[in-house]
Amino acid sequence: MRLECRVTGGDFQAAGEAAAKLKRTLRQVGIDAETGRRAAIVAYEAEMNIVIHALRGVLSVEISPECIEILANDEGPGIPDIPLAMQEGYSTAPEHIREMGFGAGLGLPNMKRYSDEFRIESVVGRGTSVRMVIKIASKGSQT
Amino acid sequence: MRVRDLLDVLECRVEAGAAGLDNEVKGGYASDLLSDVMAHAGEGDVWVTVQAHQNVVAVATLVSLACVVVAGGVECEPEAARRAEEEGIPLLRSRLPAFEVVGRLYVAGIRARPGAD
Ligand SMILES: Nc1ncnc2c1ncn2[C@@H]1O[C@H](COP(=O)(O)OP(=O)(O)OP(=O)(O)O)[C@@H](O)[C@H]1O
Ligand SMILES: [Mg+2]
Repeated sequence: MRLECRVTGGDFQAAGEAAAKLKRTLRQVGIDAETGRRAAIVAYEAEMNIVIHALRGVLSVEISPECIEILANDEGPGIPDIPLAMQEGYSTAPEHIREMGFGAGLGLPNMKRYSDEFRIESVVGRGTSVRMVIKIASKGSQT
Repeated sequence: MRVRDLLDVLECRVEAGAAGLDNEVKGGYASDLLSDVMAHAGEGDVWVTVQAHQNVVAVATLVSLACVVVAGGVECEPEAARRAEEEGIPLLRSRLPAFEVVGRLYVAGIRARPGAD
């Protein structure tokens, strides 16, 4: 099963809709609450990074019986120093965005922490792509 | 404890999302940074904040919080209320400062959940 949502930079009205849609879909197909929560968290952080830092992008999700794969591809400024961007507390969010409570510099660390696989690639002046995989806990196993 | 039991304790008003007033409150978290709440708040928590825009409701919904308490008498943005109503997540507004809100929640037996790290 596949889901795709366009995300527009600067659109704080629609922000969070892609992640919310993913969460609803996962609930409908019977994914356990904890896995759904993790997927929603990482999808939201990826979506918000496009809204805050990029021009436009697409969030696409592939749901299989074993895992949820989330891809966030955007056109935007890209990230010059990825290890630096991955550090907790590092943010280039402007003041008016920080006032809304974004810009803690926790989004990328959250994505890494709540996914089982995490990969980020970026080309300065072009855009950024993030790939995350969340394994679906099979019955009897524990995460 | 249910969300409706907090109304008197916090002297607060239900701005929107009354459909969720019977949500069970399992713990609490206080922060004004959305990614921090994403990372550390747990399902069923009451979230105390002075942010009152619609992204707050989006976060609360995504992490399945019990309710949001907007402290310090901050006005809730209409779009936040609309979204809270739609999602059925109680958006409560208290005139008390955030410090007092958290203190009263603690006295009422609400704790940060273990493992909120
Ligand atoms: N899609 C992106 N395009 C361009 N830059 C990005 C993108 N995602 C992240 N960044 C850069 O990496 C930094 C860290 O990102 P991260 O998500 O961890 O924090 P933040 O978005 O600034 O704040 P928070 O996520 O806590 O609200 C950002 O401030 C920005 O400079
Ligand atoms: Mg971010």
